[in-house]
Amino acid sequence: MNMTISINGADTALPDDPRVSLLDLLREHLHLSGTKKGCNQGACGACTVLVDGEERILSCLALAVQYQGRAITSIEGLADGDGLHPLQQAFIEHDGFQCGYCTPGQICSAIGMAAELRRGVPSYVTADLAADAIAPHPDELRERMSGNLCRCGAYNGIVAAVSEHLGEAP
Amino acid sequence: MTPFTFVRAADAADAVRLAAVPDASYLGGGTNLVDLMRETLARPAALVDVTGLARGIEERPDGSLLIGAAAKNTAVAEHRAVRERYPLLSRAIVAGASAQIRNMATVGGNLLQRTRCTYFYDDDGARCNKRAPGQGCDAIDGFNRNHAILGASDACVATHPSDMCVALAALDAVIHLQGAQGRRTLALTELHRLPGDRPDLDTILAPGELITAIELPALPFAARSAYRKVRDRSSYAFALVSVAAVLDIDNGVVRDVRLALGGVAHKPWRARIAEDALRGRPATPDNFRAAAAAELAAATPLRDNAFKIALAQRTIVAVLENLTGGQP
Repeated sequence: MNMTISINGADTALPDDPRVSLLDLLREHLHLSGTKKGCNQGACGACTVLVDGEERILSCLALAVQYQGRAITSIEGLADGDGLHPLQQAFIEHDGFQCGYCTPGQICSAIGMAAELRRGVPSYVTADLAADAIAPHPDELRERMSGNLCRCGAYNGIVAAVSEHLGEAP
Repeated sequence: MTPFTFVRAADAADAVRLAAVPDASYLGGGTNLVDLMRETLARPAALVDVTGLARGIEERPDGSLLIGAAAKNTAVAEHRAVRERYPLLSRAIVAGASAQIRNMATVGGNLLQRTRCTYFYDDDGARCNKRAPGQGCDAIDGFNRNHAILGASDACVATHPSDMCVALAALDAVIHLQGAQGRRTLALTELHRLPGDRPDLDTILAPGELITAIELPALPFAARSAYRKVRDRSSYAFALVSVAAVLDIDNGVVRDVRLALGGVAHKPWRARIAEDALRGRPATPDNFRAAAAAELAAATPLRDNAFKIALAQRTIVAVLENLTGGQP
């Protein structure tokens, strides 16, 4: 069996020790330190990465070995060389961060959220469960991003940045 | 984490065979078990990954829905048939955890998540009969605002944390199991235990027994259903009290009703006393209040959680009134 995992497009060997989390694989083994270790227990969202393009997960609660053969995108995989991803640019323009620690997780989470909105995945505040797709109203964004904490309290800027980004690319 | 071996099961029979070793544990999305292992509250010697097992959601000719246990919580919440026919299940799932966790967590694993009692997690500083049988319980005389008001024991006052299970309890869901002795089915309401003197046992599953599917029986009136969760913040928090309800009204009279509570007991609490008090009676606020009071009559408050008794009653009444809105 091919014991590799794709990280930002590059096939990478999985660690021999199954205890290694996906987060520690990224940070400690591959030295991709953009993904942050906030709580390391699934409570803060700082470690959010994307699986197979658009599925957001918490890398701290993921054993790397469980994602064998899957494609992981971390914040380092979003930019095009020196060109920022449009959502990264929107975070700058709307002051979507202060200290920046939660930002990689916020951005990966928002990209995953956009796909969920397009698919019509309901949230706790969705009024119409039958909707085929869900409009990115600020109440929806806040509820859907509630798994990403920001201790600086930059939430208004985050909502503005994500709203602008989703408006441009519905 | 203590060391463990890791294998991926190809199918249910393979999983049961692979788990027939000492201290084996099935691994779903890992959202609870990986955390418990990191805290060394769980120390499996062998992990059998069951995320590759059946995850389809099958609409069957008899009107029931069969959900593979490896289906992700998000996949169930967004499934068209669930949204249309069992809306309270979609609502309950998206009331729980965060989007990232719902994308990882399997429905089989959701059933088997362990309590979030902080004394259970506090391995260094607190006594816990669930973690270490016979040690004692520091929650009973401690900070117990979040703890159980129904069905607790002198040994344990922990609550079951799942939202999804509360909806499943209301829907009379049936759990499909496979083990070394073969297959069997079990009512969801029978899966979880009350703590009694063995709070270390959350469920009645036999060692090595695997949840393979969850069956939702046909329940046409479940299209009129709701899940309401009351918590300390408006999102990403466990329930203080939650209510799952399905209501069938005919000419202003309750023809049938399903009611279950979360956040109040060691298991998802099917409110059969309230259901019996409502069936055949006019769907009026007074009758809703009486039924809620009857269900909570046996509630036993701890130092900090007496508010849950009134909160549960008010939430039941509010949910039933909402479901009655616009009905003749």
